[in-house]
Amino acid sequence: MAYLIKRIVNSAIILFLTVSFVFFAGRLIGDPALNMLGPGASDVALENLRRAAGLNDPILIQYFRYVVNLLSGDFGISYRYGFSVLPSERLSEIGQPVIDIVLERLPATFFLAAAAMGFAVPIGVFMGVTAAAYPRSAADRIVTVLSLAGVSIVQFWLGLMLIVFFAVQLGWLPTGGYGEWQHVILPALTLAARPIGRIAQVTRSAVLEELAKPYIMTAHAKGVPVNRVVYLHSLKNAAIPIVTMIGDELSALLTGAILVEKIFAWPGIGLLIIDSLSRSDLPLIQASIVVVAALVVCVNLLVDLAYRLLNPRIRFGKTEA
Amino acid sequence: MAESVLIRTDNLKVQFPSKTGPVTAVEDISFSVRPGEIVCIVGESGSGKSVTSFSLMQLVKFNGGMISGGAITLHRRDGTTVDLRNASEDQMRGIRGNEIGMIFQEPMTALNPAFTVGWQMAEGLRIHMGLNRVQADRRSLELLRMVRISEPENRLRQYPHELSGGMRQRVMIAMALACKPHLLIADEPTTALDVTVQAEILGLIDLLREETGAAILLITHDMAVVAQMADRVVVMFRGRKVEEGPVRRILSEPQHEYTKALLAAVPKLGDMSQKPNPEPLKIVGERYRGPAKPLIAGKRQLLTVSGLVKRFPVRGGLFGRTTANVHAVENVSFGINDNETLALVGESGSGKSVTGRSILRLEEPDSGKVEFENRNVLALDSTEMRDLRRNMQMVFQDPFGSLNPHKQLFDQVAEPIRNFRLDHGSALEDRVANLFDRVHLPRSFLRRYPVELSGGQRQRVAIARALAPNPKFIVADEAVSALDVSVQAQVLNLMLELQADLGISYLFISHDVAVVERVAHRVAVMYLGRIVEIGSRQDVLENPQHGYTKTLIAAVPTLDPDADVRGRVKTLSKVPSAIFPAGYEPEPPEYDEISNGHYVLKNEKQ
Repeated sequence: MAYLIKRIVNSAIILFLTVSFVFFAGRLIGDPALNMLGPGASDVALENLRRAAGLNDPILIQYFRYVVNLLSGDFGISYRYGFSVLPSERLSEIGQPVIDIVLERLPATFFLAAAAMGFAVPIGVFMGVTAAAYPRSAADRIVTVLSLAGVSIVQFWLGLMLIVFFAVQLGWLPTGGYGEWQHVILPALTLAARPIGRIAQVTRSAVLEELAKPYIMTAHAKGVPVNRVVYLHSLKNAAIPIVTMIGDELSALLTGAILVEKIFAWPGIGLLIIDSLSRSDLPLIQASIVVVAALVVCVNLLVDLAYRLLNPRIRFGKTEA
Repeated sequence: MAESVLIRTDNLKVQFPSKTGPVTAVEDISFSVRPGEIVCIVGESGSGKSVTSFSLMQLVKFNGGMISGGAITLHRRDGTTVDLRNASEDQMRGIRGNEIGMIFQEPMTALNPAFTVGWQMAEGLRIHMGLNRVQADRRSLELLRMVRISEPENRLRQYPHELSGGMRQRVMIAMALACKPHLLIADEPTTALDVTVQAEILGLIDLLREETGAAILLITHDMAVVAQMADRVVVMFRGRKVEEGPVRRILSEPQHEYTKALLAAVPKLGDMSQKPNPEPLKIVGERYRGPAKPLIAGKRQLLTVSGLVKRFPVRGGLFGRTTANVHAVENVSFGINDNETLALVGESGSGKSVTGRSILRLEEPDSGKVEFENRNVLALDSTEMRDLRRNMQMVFQDPFGSLNPHKQLFDQVAEPIRNFRLDHGSALEDRVANLFDRVHLPRSFLRRYPVELSGGQRQRVAIARALAPNPKFIVADEAVSALDVSVQAQVLNLMLELQADLGISYLFISHDVAVVERVAHRVAVMYLGRIVEIGSRQDVLENPQHGYTKTLIAAVPTLDPDADVRGRVKTLSKVPSAIFPAGYEPEPPEYDEISNGHYVLKNEKQ
């Protein structure tokens, strides 16, 4: 319990530092109003935006206000989103809260990440365990080559090839878009290649190490079927590095599979970050990054909790002398 | 006659495939085990005894081996016989853990760390006997009571790391006996355990044989274990059986040269009674040289340790504060004279290694005083300390880990000489070559790498390296514990020879009372961080006063087949520990002087 509290406090500190970094970085790269409106903007327009967004106050006041607003769930108003013309001083009345824009994108990101990991985890683990159970066999070599290919393949090339083959030639799946379950398959597969490779590699080495340990012989001597020895006895012990890798890969997917979202026109967070960057929409950039950071922190927290479920020696919070 | 044999191997041959073709691990092994009998297979590392035991259930294939010849005949419960060499995997699964149970050497790693004791015990019962979870738990409780573990209900819910080594080995035994097998194979079941725990486990195995009627095939390297346990003995050497017979005949009239050598190399507690000074062991095949001169300890005090304390913090809580301390070394005092060996004997966790390391400041002690030749060691700065280490060297337990695998042996032994700039050029080369002569290694080894050497040879290199700067004092931390008994005898003799010739003092740290009796002038017994008894070897070992010393000596297995092993079985509960809450300051120990120089810790009020 003490551990859990400690971890949550740590996570909160990390989030706070991220928020601060994002805020000050946004101010350091120049005048936000000028960045957004461009060099040709009139002084009046700039002044209007500054006043509307509170950019004229001392920076520490702005920072303080930003943090306090965040705590109440207010991430600010988009400078640009939903406007056909440049915003005026009535920004707060007609502008759209950035948090709504970000939250609107989250389901698509979650869906894609879940689908990609849905492919990657079972396939990667199965490949890794098979390779470890028969080291130096043909299966092991195939897994080694495939996992290396998965890790090193260029994502947009793979995405395009999949589109050419499955969507254009065979016509089985749509080339892009969002809505039906068919839409998710190609982007998810494209995204899964790298996690499959890395999970297979980690699983192989972790299971191989476990299979050499004495308790495996104990299980054989008890008459436990070989598959059960491999998939239950060794895999549970090998799970920690595997779960760590899954967590890392999942974090990577949540921070935006920018290329893949672009290729398949998938309306996720990655695409949103790119769009808001190109439009210099500072509140939206900040909100996207903070939300993504929160997600990554959550994933790490879950991975940590999973350790304790998987390894009783960690669960009790003590290491043996 | 066929009915009276439970399992029989005929001309068993096991090979391991390698790049250069199959390597034969064992060959031509024939023996049998009758119901209810204890048969010991004894041999040193590489003798093939474990491979033999792993072959009986075809387990050797999980290690990459294959049974390439012979037959293994098992008489099954239902009266049929089966050749285990050719049995299918399905058939084997029904036999493993069901008709034949097996326990292994390392109780720390032979249980799966990720599952509870109860789950692991139930698994076999559910597979073989089709019990459901509740029935399996009930049977597991019965089994844990049978192996005399306290609070069995709680144990079922615990994980292996929460149990002590002795308790884990009891769980292993209970698990192996779960389905009432007719044969229990025990592969070095007590090698990794402390001697007092070993005595209990051996007693338990003997008792369970009577209670369950299971025959036992015991694999061991330890002749004393053989003497205590076996009805019949199979002696193995380099993959072959060299001798077989009833235990009494093997012990009293060994026929084969190897058996004779093995028996001669075992230090036996009591051999040295009435002899005031250490003496080398007789080694069969070597002309007995006898002590070159009596190994009489000097009169000048070389090292004085007083009030040495070392504690390790146990951290916990929200901010990682120190909540408790492990009192690894608690107020330890002793002295060593020149040309003298003081043995520090105790079981794992007694603090004997930390004491040795603290003296050399490989571990910074918390308080106390260490004086070496009247210099206050703990007050020296790093330059002075470095200088002092010329005179204080160390030999470690693990001859595989303590040598750098990427360096030639010459460079490893030359390193301390170079570091202290004692010699260079051809003088250095001569000096290292002489050190190799000194430890009886051929000079052709100078340019070799550690991987080409056996354990005993490596330990000789480690000793040569320790000798290199001409030290006056060597800490030998379990220096012979990892070695086979015949090699151990040679290394012990070498250490005694070096003391006789060079006048070195040793702090000889060991868990093995019989070895200590061979080499020590004086003995200090450590328990939970304290010295409980210290005095001359004869006083401490022949007239022990402290309760723990008595227990320790009584637990040492002897070569007497009539010794009582069952009296030691007791129900195991909590293990005493040296962990105390933060801030706890134990009172300084008080000692009674029994006779001149023989001190015994007064029993503490607890």
